[in-house]
Amino acid sequence: MNRPANPRSFRAAREEEWRRLEDILTRAEKKSVRSLSDEELLALPVLYRGALSSLSVARETSLDLELVTYLEGLCTRAYFFVYGVRTSAGSRAAAFFARDWPAAVRGLWRETLASFAVTLIGVLAGYLLVAADPAWFDTMVPAAMADGRDFDATAESLRDTLYHDEGGRGLSAFAAFLFTHNAQVCMLSFALGFAFGVPTAMLLVYNGAMAGAFLALFASHGLGFEMGGWLIIHGSTEFFAIVLAGAAGFRIGWSVVFPGEESRLAAATAAGRSAAIVMAGVVVMLLCAGLLEGLGRQLVTSDGLRYAIGLFMLASWLAYFYLPRRAGNV
Amino acid sequence: MSDLTLHHRAEAAKRRSLVTPEGVDLSLKLADIGQRIPAFLLDLVIMAGMLTGLTILCAIGAFTLGLTSAEIAIIIWLLGFFLLRNFYFIVMEMGPRAATFGKRASGLRVVARSGERLTADRVIARNMMREIEFYLPLSFLFYNGAEGAGDALTALAGLAWTGLFLFFPMFNKDRMRVGDLLAGTWVVSAPRRKLTVELSQPSEAAPDHLFSDAQLDVYGVYELQTLEQVLRDNHAETIATVGRVIRGKLGLAWDGGSDRAFLSAYYDAARTRMERGLLFGKRRADKFDTSV
Repeated sequence: MNRPANPRSFRAAREEEWRRLEDILTRAEKKSVRSLSDEELLALPVLYRGALSSLSVARETSLDLELVTYLEGLCTRAYFFVYGVRTSAGSRAAAFFARDWPAAVRGLWRETLASFAVTLIGVLAGYLLVAADPAWFDTMVPAAMADGRDFDATAESLRDTLYHDEGGRGLSAFAAFLFTHNAQVCMLSFALGFAFGVPTAMLLVYNGAMAGAFLALFASHGLGFEMGGWLIIHGSTEFFAIVLAGAAGFRIGWSVVFPGEESRLAAATAAGRSAAIVMAGVVVMLLCAGLLEGLGRQLVTSDGLRYAIGLFMLASWLAYFYLPRRAGNV
Repeated sequence: MSDLTLHHRAEAAKRRSLVTPEGVDLSLKLADIGQRIPAFLLDLVIMAGMLTGLTILCAIGAFTLGLTSAEIAIIIWLLGFFLLRNFYFIVMEMGPRAATFGKRASGLRVVARSGERLTADRVIARNMMREIEFYLPLSFLFYNGAEGAGDALTALAGLAWTGLFLFFPMFNKDRMRVGDLLAGTWVVSAPRRKLTVELSQPSEAAPDHLFSDAQLDVYGVYELQTLEQVLRDNHAETIATVGRVIRGKLGLAWDGGSDRAFLSAYYDAARTRMERGLLFGKRRADKFDTSV
């Protein structure tokens, strides 16, 4: 066929290829790449390049708006399909745990220290204020959270809450509630980082102050050591996760205020992406904390063992994140 | 400056260039607010529906299996609610179509601004920011119902402050949410279109209408493509109006024939002539374009 270029004959000649590409794409997007035969997989890039060249020709020679729009849409879909690197969910998760997550956490070490310091200030403030004047307890801890554990309670009843607290039934539901609640708070403190990190810091201080107030309450009844065990068995993981979420928020706030050499937009994007990796891991950590709280604390009532488990978890997380590892070790 | 030039500029402002490794610019079109709000609302409705279903299932489970399993039902509900609220968007956008059901219905998809593959970290970042863009304003909205006037003021201030994040997309030219900004993504309109029939079917034998070159040169590409749209939509009234206007412009009296036949014939003839012009490098953008 050696006729002069005519948009109409051009369309008639290529239309079948476009439809084949469209058909393959639709099936691959609906099901998965596996639903394609070998032959179709080999044809896909060829058809994609054919469609791209058709688009170039159509833009220059055809005034059929529908044709050009159709080809633009088809090429866009095909582009993202052909150039999207497809790794299985399993290998992606493996890369996340082996490399991406610890690396992202290491990259946040400065913010993590800051976030830890802010939490510590909160704990100290809460402890010192409540120790000096018990009236502070009611302002810091909402009644629903205190659940009868306040300065009116006897040492005996307080001791009870530490060892067979929520009383068996409803305990795992409570742990599930705490997990979802904590995860939500962590995501909020991450997102609030965008407001220059100020609300994130406030959340961290408040969270620390609450823990400090509880410590002061139990310490005033001579139960400080026991309370520590009750808290640390899951708290070492939970507080670490919250500190990391705060660090992720700080990183975002910092990069928005002080973008450095990059443009503000580029700095925000880089910070957002690495912080998001940390946050995905934070949810995993909180899940661990929830399990420790729901099961571990229920089964383990010895203070020594509680401290041992809590400190072991802390050491494991620290080693996992910060121990140097060989470069290129996937 | 004519309205048409303004229109072309507005169209161009919505386009973002994405050059493939093959060297072709895909020229993506940014989604506008009018597409994104319905998409989001549809997603909310879907999430509410799924939550209702989950609640009913858990309630039935708790009642039929007795109190011992009530706790399991509560756990399933809590975790289900958590997953739905936080991971509906993330899981859907990590799929091959990079769009939730709502976005699919509006013909949208999420794309990395750099044109790279859309990775999980981007999707997580853009969706976790919904926490301050949507859920926080929502909680401030419901907060003031509970307490007195002082709290109402606090809630109002909170609402105004969080409104900054909610309305962020309306104040930047790329229509990015805060989440898009942090994730390095934007939402483009990439509807799936079907290729329908070719409008122009010129018959070699005796055309019904003959036009002079001057008559065919009255309009430019923009008008031709608008005419194409009119013919495809095929509304009798619009066709009659457009037929009358074009006849007037060409200085033709109504010859008693159908408007559609007249417009098709004019479309064929004008398009053939303009496409021939394209081969010689002549593209007349619209009727005001005098450069050709």
